[in-house]
Amino acid sequence: MHANIDLSDNTSLKRGAEHYVTYCLGCHSAKHIRYLRIAEDFELNQDIVLKDIAPVGASIYDSMLSAMDKHDSNIWFGTVPPDLSLIARSRGSDWLYTYLKSFYRDDTKTHGTNNALFKDVGMPNVLWKLQGQQIAHYTQEGENKVINSLSLERPGELSPSEFDLVVTDLVNFLEYVGEPAKLKRQQMGKYVLFFILIIGFIGYLLKKEYWKDIH
Amino acid sequence: MNSPRFNNFVNWILARFPLTKVWNEHLAEYYAPKNFNFWYFFGSLALLVLVNQFATGIMLTINYKPDAALAFDSVEYIMRDVDWGWLIRYMHSTGASAFFIVVYLHMFRGLLYGSFKKPRELVWIFGMLIYLCLMAEAFMGYLLPWGQMSYWGAQVIISLFSAIPIIGEDLSLWIRGDYVVADATLNRFFAFHVAAIPLVLVLLVFLHIVALHQVGSNNPDGIEIKENKGPDGIPIDGIPFHPYYTVKDIVGVSVFIFFFAVVLFYMPELEGYFLEHANFIPADPLQTPEHIAPLWYFTPFYAILRAVPDKFAGVLAMGGAIFVLFLLPWLDTVKVKSIRYRGGIYKKALFLFVISFFGLGYLGMQAPTPSATIAARVLTVIYFSFFLLMPIYTRWEKFKTVPKRLTSNDSLGSKIPLIKQAVSDITQDTVVTTKSGTTLHLKTPNPSGLRNASVDLAKKMKDSLD
Repeated sequence: MHANIDLSDNTSLKRGAEHYVTYCLGCHSAKHIRYLRIAEDFELNQDIVLKDIAPVGASIYDSMLSAMDKHDSNIWFGTVPPDLSLIARSRGSDWLYTYLKSFYRDDTKTHGTNNALFKDVGMPNVLWKLQGQQIAHYTQEGENKVINSLSLERPGELSPSEFDLVVTDLVNFLEYVGEPAKLKRQQMGKYVLFFILIIGFIGYLLKKEYWKDIH
Repeated sequence: MNSPRFNNFVNWILARFPLTKVWNEHLAEYYAPKNFNFWYFFGSLALLVLVNQFATGIMLTINYKPDAALAFDSVEYIMRDVDWGWLIRYMHSTGASAFFIVVYLHMFRGLLYGSFKKPRELVWIFGMLIYLCLMAEAFMGYLLPWGQMSYWGAQVIISLFSAIPIIGEDLSLWIRGDYVVADATLNRFFAFHVAAIPLVLVLLVFLHIVALHQVGSNNPDGIEIKENKGPDGIPIDGIPFHPYYTVKDIVGVSVFIFFFAVVLFYMPELEGYFLEHANFIPADPLQTPEHIAPLWYFTPFYAILRAVPDKFAGVLAMGGAIFVLFLLPWLDTVKVKSIRYRGGIYKKALFLFVISFFGLGYLGMQAPTPSATIAARVLTVIYFSFFLLMPIYTRWEKFKTVPKRLTSNDSLGSKIPLIKQAVSDITQDTVVTTKSGTTLHLKTPNPSGLRNASVDLAKKMKDSLD
């Protein structure tokens, strides 16, 4: 599935940051990004960031660190949830979008869910309240049962299109966290290329002038 | 600046340092053939990229920490908190891949025009040593970000040394500084990447250029311009490097940095070819990535390594694939230098070699399935045959007459009427009236014109291989 993210949409990014702190920061840190950087890049007032985005008691200079203890998480989940600062660069935004939408009910698992994209993932479906409960439909491929599709068994608080927006905002935010300079470099590119074209053209004219006597 | 003070200063220097001699011998009075074409840009571009790597590399070392616990985060610090750090990092990573693109094209020019032949064998040898150092430099540089691919790629390649009989295990231990790739390895690779190999590279580039200037440059016609000198002792077909090629190289540089900037600002990862996705995960000695692959510029040799079933034999084959390039001046002893006047056999052999190189490069990126391994073996045989069978197949070559004087280059301006003619041959004018009543004059494809043009093109391509 393709994620329709837009890094220039600051309101989407702000919502994504809020979703991240609400649903993800409990387990996953994003240590390479600070609240101050978010305030600067999203063009928000620092108080707004501290009120809406950052957890209670955080300082504007803090990095987005999870409060969960490594020792505890090993006991509870069998692993330490990875830092998500660069997840958008290693997995890609389309993968993340699909992943967050692909949880389905699996009664054989301790936390009751599995993921169609990342089989037997240790992460529970943190967005179940918003999305609802999905179930998997299987087809037989040779000896194996393979997941054909997922459907919504029990609806959540949000409609499917509203949930799509939540996931899009979250993935948009993760894409930003992966490379905060991305939007700036893409916007800068056209001016650099234009400049190179101009000096290249002038260089070419100079070359032709020098070379006109060589045959 | 023609003040007497400035002139005195300059004269003071010139009386104590042979600046004029160097300027004349290597720039203003170094006579290069006047028919350099597209393939002759890549030497100066390689020098440009070397300077880029030095400048951006030094700036990176200001903030990079060569410690296994700190390295990965220090790179992210550069990407986020250092002003313009992201640009420096991307210039360095794009520069590394650009270096190999430029160097491979530069070497290919040598194969096209026989630039490795007598009297330029030493230029070629120095060039090959530069290539070896470049590969070592790139390999060591790639460990420094300490990502998953950095760590495991290094683990795989260093473990190849353990395949060497008797000394292998101790050699790998000595290289790594530890029993697995660890902090000790990172530290020494940093020292080599930042200090040792760059020094050797600069020395080799200097020797490469001095050796070239001693014998003079080759050219696309493969004839020696020094054989036709005017009464003043200057080659008739030669032009001073400065200003003619300095100004021409400015154009080459502009085109190059245009493409460089496109990658830099819009796709620095290049879909995982310049910056691999797995390298954005910190190195984890306890978790092997699903698919360990070197960067694209090493994949042809990686494919050769994997094609051979035995580990040590594979290492020998991989090393042999590079070593055989050193032997080229003595494998191809045909007097005719340029492909323009060589027979169809060499042209076809070179074409097959290029196919094998690209094919092996592609296979080196894929997982080693049974069918991919068979394909890699076939292409490895073709790769080695190009070199090792050269003394044999060049004996039956039929050469064209080599001219005595350089043939002229068509300028871009003279090609434009030909392009216009070609476009008008394959299109036809159609008049269309739209529903709203406006009349449009359009150019639509002309089927018979297209057919003729394709047949002509196919004929030309077939003839070029004869």
